[in-house]
Amino acid sequence: MVVFEKPHALCDVPLHYCPGCTHGIVHRLVAEAIDELGIEGTAIGVAPVGCAVMAYDYFNCDMVEAAHGRAPAVATGIKRALPENIVFTYQGDGDLASIGMAETVHAATRNENITIIFINNAIYGMTGGQMAPTSLPGQVTQTSPYGRDVTTAGFPIKVSELLAALDGPSYIQRVAVNNVKNVKQAKKAIKKAFENQVQGKGFSLIEVVSSCPTNWGMTPQQALDWVEEKMIPYYPLGVYKDKTSEEGEK
Amino acid sequence: MPKVSFKEDLCKGCGLCVNACPKQIIELKKDVINKKGHSPAGITDQSKCIACAFCATMCPDCVITVEK
Repeated sequence: MVVFEKPHALCDVPLHYCPGCTHGIVHRLVAEAIDELGIEGTAIGVAPVGCAVMAYDYFNCDMVEAAHGRAPAVATGIKRALPENIVFTYQGDGDLASIGMAETVHAATRNENITIIFINNAIYGMTGGQMAPTSLPGQVTQTSPYGRDVTTAGFPIKVSELLAALDGPSYIQRVAVNNVKNVKQAKKAIKKAFENQVQGKGFSLIEVVSSCPTNWGMTPQQALDWVEEKMIPYYPLGVYKDKTSEEGEK
Repeated sequence: MPKVSFKEDLCKGCGLCVNACPKQIIELKKDVINKKGHSPAGITDQSKCIACAFCATMCPDCVITVEK
């Protein structure tokens, strides 16, 4: 009996990500959710700009590449034109929380029936480790060599808390992938986000606290420990908004 | 009988499976270099494996298949 194997919704090609990059784990969780819900034939993914830009080569479903940050707008268009299809975006923090903030907030407040997987690793990975909107106070990056100074660079944007304050979105949860327990919780959350869309429940966003060993200058395991010690205290895990269960209770 | 197999050519030697294994029976094969130029992970004692799939859960590159 096979206990674990590569999900079918993930193509059988090597991923280009750095060793120990948690993008690979999240790709797999998305693919597992697609497999388990049997939506590979109807799913349409929207790839971002950033490290995950080549996600269209990795998922076995239809994929579209959006301009930087515009994935929620493109997903809105696809979902409205093809309401029977399951539309998801896969975005990093530079894509979703910086240049694409307007698209994200407006797609959320319209409660578009789409699923967003948001990777928060507190840094711009693809461009070489610059400060992101989500970089922690005091975090050393290429563009903040003395640590992020909140008096000039401001405070990190907590996307889940921000969007949960809106009346629109249906489901907002923050998870992490730094250990086996958290990966299993992330899997549940991502599956629920897809289920919400299948059931027509509206906008779901899963923020995944991830690591970037290369640009943080750490080994893969040190990076996961840093997630536990520094990232999770600043970005607490949990469900920030769940209109789907409130409806169930009524 | 639990069986763990590694697609060695996909492995990037990040070592996350090594740390995830509760039985500590996975290690990087320092004397092997795969297609990508990394030392791939491998299992040292198949008989101690409990098929928990923690290694495969943490593997970012879907290198590991677990059977029992």
